[in-house]
Amino acid sequence: MAVIESIHLTKIYDEGPVKVRAVNDVSLKIEEGEFAAIVGPSGSGKTTLLNIIGGLDHPTSGKVLINGNDISELSENQLIDFRLHNIGFIFQAYNLIPVLTARENVSFVMLLQKRPKAEREKRTEELLKEVGLLDRINNRPSELSGGQQQRVAVARALASRPKFVLADEPTANLDSKSTANLLDIMARLNHEENMTFIFSTHDSRVIERARRVITLEDGHIVSDVQQTPHT
Amino acid sequence: MNFRLAWRNIWRNKRRTLITTASVFTAVILAILMRSLQLGAYDRMIDNVVSFYTGHIQLHQAGYWEDQTIDNSFEPNDSIYTILQKTKEITGYVPRLESFALASAREMTKGVMVVGIEPEAESTVTRLKEKIVKGRYLTANENAAILSEGLAKYLRLGIGDTLVLLGQGYHGASAAGMYPINGIVKFPSPDLNQRMVYLPLKQAQQLYSADHRATSIVISIDQSKDASVVATELRSSFKGKPIQVMDWREMLPNLVQLIEVDNAGGIITSGILYMIIGFGIFGTILMMLTERTREFGILIAIGMKKMRLISIVTLEILMISGLGVLLGVVLGIPIVSYFHFNPIHISGEMAAAYERFGMEPVFPFSIAASLFYTQALVVLGITLVLAIYPWFRLRKLKTIDALKS
Repeated sequence: MAVIESIHLTKIYDEGPVKVRAVNDVSLKIEEGEFAAIVGPSGSGKTTLLNIIGGLDHPTSGKVLINGNDISELSENQLIDFRLHNIGFIFQAYNLIPVLTARENVSFVMLLQKRPKAEREKRTEELLKEVGLLDRINNRPSELSGGQQQRVAVARALASRPKFVLADEPTANLDSKSTANLLDIMARLNHEENMTFIFSTHDSRVIERARRVITLEDGHIVSDVQQTPHT
Repeated sequence: MNFRLAWRNIWRNKRRTLITTASVFTAVILAILMRSLQLGAYDRMIDNVVSFYTGHIQLHQAGYWEDQTIDNSFEPNDSIYTILQKTKEITGYVPRLESFALASAREMTKGVMVVGIEPEAESTVTRLKEKIVKGRYLTANENAAILSEGLAKYLRLGIGDTLVLLGQGYHGASAAGMYPINGIVKFPSPDLNQRMVYLPLKQAQQLYSADHRATSIVISIDQSKDASVVATELRSSFKGKPIQVMDWREMLPNLVQLIEVDNAGGIITSGILYMIIGFGIFGTILMMLTERTREFGILIAIGMKKMRLISIVTLEILMISGLGVLLGVVLGIPIVSYFHFNPIHISGEMAAAYERFGMEPVFPFSIAASLFYTQALVVLGITLVLAIYPWFRLRKLKTIDALKS
């Protein structure tokens, strides 16, 4: 069974007299362990598609099934719970909680999941070690570089042991070195833990590393190809 | 975690938090000082009249209060005293015979209130003995008088001089007597200070041809606030008897009204002060919400329920205002305590103006605990009311819109 399945997904924004079809009849399946990039020019509907898959936005029509469950049937609170336990998010602007340290940012979602303290502490240290930031564990986001913040965001996204991670333009604000470093980490986690990653991006460095590239134009899927990633 | 997160969040914008806290602090300390001064002045006014003259409760012959003549006096008997002894809140009681007379000394005359008292018992109820400023206090069986200081000054009388009293006695008998002056008392209440003459009860009964009679029994109790409860209890005990029971609030309606009107003014002023502060806190809430909309979106996206988010934001607002209250109370306590034990004495023309209105120009501050917790509760109440807005706004927040903001 596909981890994610979108069926005839359409999102129309009603902006006065103009109706914008941000996502137009998109059907796709993402299997467990995929490392997929949704690509396309600005305004092609990448972020909207990712937001609908992540339960942050509602489609105008169509369905999103996660492990066979239709998430459009969930109430707001159920959807929040669903996201907490099933989806890891990585945002373009890192979006860490500024008043919490790297350690607290990572363990925060596990706290929301009501995991025991010992488990939280152990996993937080493991994840921050994994992303190479064990020495910055007690630093706040303002004391970290953009690349380091995004690595903490990756650790946070994985902390809840999600079924898949949605990353919206995760490298948009990073330099080449930080981008390469981040992609290495995510590729390793995908390879070693079979974690499913879906990116929206128009960064060629990310596209090169993806095993599947889904191209959107004007809300349509115009191509969906498997490729051998560059390492 | 909620608490830690809220605490750290309020210090994200130190300047704003400090300004808001300072405004709450200013309002709280001003309200404490203003209300403390007011309540302290009321306590003093009540104490001056109630403790030194009327007592907390009085018993009279039915109809005496409406027509205060010696003809409406009564003979206190054992059945009355037994009831008073059985009432546990009563700390003391004493009979009095009160009537008006014309006081004369040489060419000066003045209308005065003559009060016949049992000297020792009276002093336990109204602490009259402590008010002696010249000469000595009365004894039960002597033929002597003590005068209030203002009256003595007006009549130009001193210790050892003779006071002549003329008036009308029980059932129209003429009342006339001459009394050497034993002592002079000073009352804080200017009104009492101008017109009081005290005689031993027996002398007063003789003067007014009212043997064994009294116009009132003055009762003191533990707490003046319990006066109406004890009075109600006594009313049921004296049910069916021609005895009138009145607490100090009923006997001094003008004083009660004056206090109520002034108190209402104080409450309105505090209300305006808190309303202004409420707008200040609301401004901070608005800024907090607007600045952090995207962050709220992120928190909800990663799995924080809205109710938890609302409780964190409410906690932040409570912390900011709570800090202001705490500082206000902590700084207010020593200031209020100082002025409680060292009252403000007004002098000069201002003092004379107060005295003309029958008020003592001395203002001690009240140290009632309610002064402090009332401010805390008011600010807490305002904060909780203001917290409705973030609650409403966060409930309506659309995650996707917040993330795009």
